[in-house]
Amino acid sequence: MSWLELLIAIVFGIGVLVFISLFSLVAIWFERKVSAHIQDRLGPMETGGFHGWSQTVADMIKLLLKEDIIPDAADRSLFKLAPFVVLAGSIAAFAVLPFGAHLIGTDLNIGIYYVVAVSSLVVIGIIIAGWASNNKWALYGAMRSGSQMLSYEVPIGLSLLVPILIVDSLSMQDLVAAQRGGFWNWTAFSHLPFALIAFIIYFWASLAEVNRVPFDLPEGESEIVAGYHVEYSGMRWAMFYLAEYANMFLVSGIAATVFLGGWHAPLPFLEVSVETNPFWHNAVGFFWFAGKGFLLVLIQMWLRWTLPRLRVDQLMHVCWKIMLPFSFANILIVSLWVVLAK
Amino acid sequence: MSELKELDIPLGASPEKISRLLADFEDVHGERLMVQMGPQHPATHGVLRVELVTDGEMIAEAKPHIGYLHRCFEKVCENLTWPQIVPYTDRLDYCSSMNNNLGFVLACEKLFGIEVSERVQTIRVLVAELNRIANHFIVIGTYGLDIGAWTPFLYVMQEREHILDLFDRLCGGRLLLNYIWIGGLSHDLPEGWLRQVRDYLDYMKGKIKEINDLLSYNKIFIERLANVAVIPAEVCIQYGLTGPNLRGSGVKWDLRKNEPYSGYETYDFEIPVGRGEVGTVGDCFDRYMVRVREIEQSLRIIEQAVARLEKMPRDDVKAAIPKRFTKVPEGEVYFRTEHSKGELGFYIVSNGKAKPWRVKCRAPSFSSLSVIPKVAPGLLIADMVALIGSIDIVLGEVDR
Amino acid sequence: MTIPEIHTYLREKLPGAGLELVEAHPDPVIRVPAEAMIEVAGVLRDDSELHFECLMCLSGLETAEEMLVVYHLYSMRHGHKCTLKCGGPKGDQVVVPTVCRIWPTAEWHEREAFDLFGIRFEGHPDPRRILCPDDWEGHPLRKDYVPQEKWHDIPLTQRGYGRSREGGGL
Repeated sequence: MSWLELLIAIVFGIGVLVFISLFSLVAIWFERKVSAHIQDRLGPMETGGFHGWSQTVADMIKLLLKEDIIPDAADRSLFKLAPFVVLAGSIAAFAVLPFGAHLIGTDLNIGIYYVVAVSSLVVIGIIIAGWASNNKWALYGAMRSGSQMLSYEVPIGLSLLVPILIVDSLSMQDLVAAQRGGFWNWTAFSHLPFALIAFIIYFWASLAEVNRVPFDLPEGESEIVAGYHVEYSGMRWAMFYLAEYANMFLVSGIAATVFLGGWHAPLPFLEVSVETNPFWHNAVGFFWFAGKGFLLVLIQMWLRWTLPRLRVDQLMHVCWKIMLPFSFANILIVSLWVVLAK
Repeated sequence: MSELKELDIPLGASPEKISRLLADFEDVHGERLMVQMGPQHPATHGVLRVELVTDGEMIAEAKPHIGYLHRCFEKVCENLTWPQIVPYTDRLDYCSSMNNNLGFVLACEKLFGIEVSERVQTIRVLVAELNRIANHFIVIGTYGLDIGAWTPFLYVMQEREHILDLFDRLCGGRLLLNYIWIGGLSHDLPEGWLRQVRDYLDYMKGKIKEINDLLSYNKIFIERLANVAVIPAEVCIQYGLTGPNLRGSGVKWDLRKNEPYSGYETYDFEIPVGRGEVGTVGDCFDRYMVRVREIEQSLRIIEQAVARLEKMPRDDVKAAIPKRFTKVPEGEVYFRTEHSKGELGFYIVSNGKAKPWRVKCRAPSFSSLSVIPKVAPGLLIADMVALIGSIDIVLGEVDR
Repeated sequence: MTIPEIHTYLREKLPGAGLELVEAHPDPVIRVPAEAMIEVAGVLRDDSELHFECLMCLSGLETAEEMLVVYHLYSMRHGHKCTLKCGGPKGDQVVVPTVCRIWPTAEWHEREAFDLFGIRFEGHPDPRRILCPDDWEGHPLRKDYVPQEKWHDIPLTQRGYGRSREGGGL
């Protein structure tokens, strides 16, 4: 690869990291505002002036200045490693997210497969965190998380198979390209109602992947007191937090790419085609992609503050006895449909 | 784990049976883990430590340890004069201080033979019921928090704030009130206070439905509570569970109806009882729902009390308070009232002096908590949280 | 039934128990000797006329000469109440049989009576302190209780702080 390509790759990498950080900053503030207004209160109002927009910045500075506490009997190297593993698992998957027509780290021809595989690293990170903390409650959280995330990988994979069958490619840009034209071409609205069901299953299963309510058992605050990250404080804890929001955007981004048309606009005239102006083509594409991702993140936040959490056996029940049969049935019917339509 | 403790002997089981159970358990399930839940824990409603022995997520043994909030109430009472004890009773169950005051004051009035006017009795009923509503709001809100629903907590806290504002205007305190005194009350009703109570009653129309829509009938909430930690009625009576816990198990027993005091027999209200509507009678949902319905009944009582007070002429609420407490009748009495959490009993022994010889507070949460070692084995940890939340304990009362 | 009637009834059922009716204000109290406590408790709970299925309260009580355990019973079926007292002279260790196998709620109340008064309950499945820490010295609610000076290096009294006088500011 030439120096130019290497440079572009590095710039893009940095760009993705900047995006993730900025997104987390905004999303954390936004979550606090959303939760506040749902709970009939105001949320941050002071820091920075307008509705406390710089609250997260202030929090980050505070966390950076905190004392680094590691429990005496904890496994030090693993303890320090865990947040990085979790973060790495999320960030690595961003490399194939198509932010725009040409705004993609690398258009792997096994894009989707890569994403699902790499985001499983998060599970390992969480288990390492729970084990290394030398705390029984952390261990509970880690075990719960392990079983939950592994179980929910299956419906995620199966529901992602549906658009792959429809579009006949694993590459992210191919998946997006097949949905151009308008929202009626989006995968979620084709092959109704099965692809829509696949989208819904994917959305719920991805909630379990990112440990959000109603599946936030691993960090079930009122039961196991913050679960796997109970011994983490300061910047290490902030990395878990950052990873959670990065993950939230990741799964929303994948849902947007695969089911909701990616960087295409809902109506054709709201786009700028590549011949007209490549820069705006990409910029508008980025706007639509980020918008869709953000909307799904908003829905995730909304659910968090409305629903109670499921117990661990109920969680498993939902996964194995409800989502899995539906996913299997879905795949069967859609593959028949695709074959017969040819 | 080499130092595994023996199981707490449940009444009736022989030690041989228990060791056989223990051996079976270990063979099949492997290692068990001993975890401490508390004393600092978001879901134990205070400083309570529960020692759990768990097999995976299932609890094999649960042993509550209390005493972290013991403030020597009973010893302190022996050094205070009778009226000086009333503010200390506020701090027993700090969520419903009017009811604590009422329990102690009625016991003293029975021992000393003091009768209060009907107006004082009506005001006492009104504020006691307001405090019962405030207490139940806390229970509902924190129970939602324990189960993972963050929002209802803030909604019910908002409703509760209005009650605390009413108390603030009445006697200056929000939480610890020292309002009901031996022989009367500390303040008469301020001008316009009854109208504000009426406004509150109007405001509350429809609020219970809102809470039910958001939390009580939420599918996930019901799934978490139905058929969880069923406490049969006999176990309730044996272990001294009273109040909403007993009613949640289907026993229609309320001291306000069965042993009325302070004029409760003249009010028209119902006793909600657990019916097993989503699961078994006596599960966590029943105990929770009994409290929600009790709020509605308390609102009824308050409405009747307000209607009566509006018609009664004002009188001196301190008329029956003895001038001096230096010479009081000797004797001993045990008097119990229907506190928000159950049956609050005060056993007071007087030797004729200004200070009591003995004051024993029989707190409802103390007996409610003692049922945990019996009911907890077999539950999951998440259910343990549901159980502790549903029996509504406050450590201030448990430890005194 | 009133308490005198209950007393008469019990005297007929258990003539050798040695039950006494003690006058008190406002209601009389039945005094039960320690040896007969379990038998009396069994009759009180199981007899169909009495049926005291609820133990409302169990308290320790120290009088001028004695250390007593006071039981307040209630029958939901019949609606009558009864008060029992059982105990012994203060000089020696007072031992009372446990009633927690008859009324399970007594288990924790008896632990509290032991913790605060030092009354031992024979046959109790878990005879440890409940409110005070396990290694506390003395029984706080006794009239002659003097707190220890320190508990795990935490001063409890002025002497524990190293001051010779009681009172007089920090």
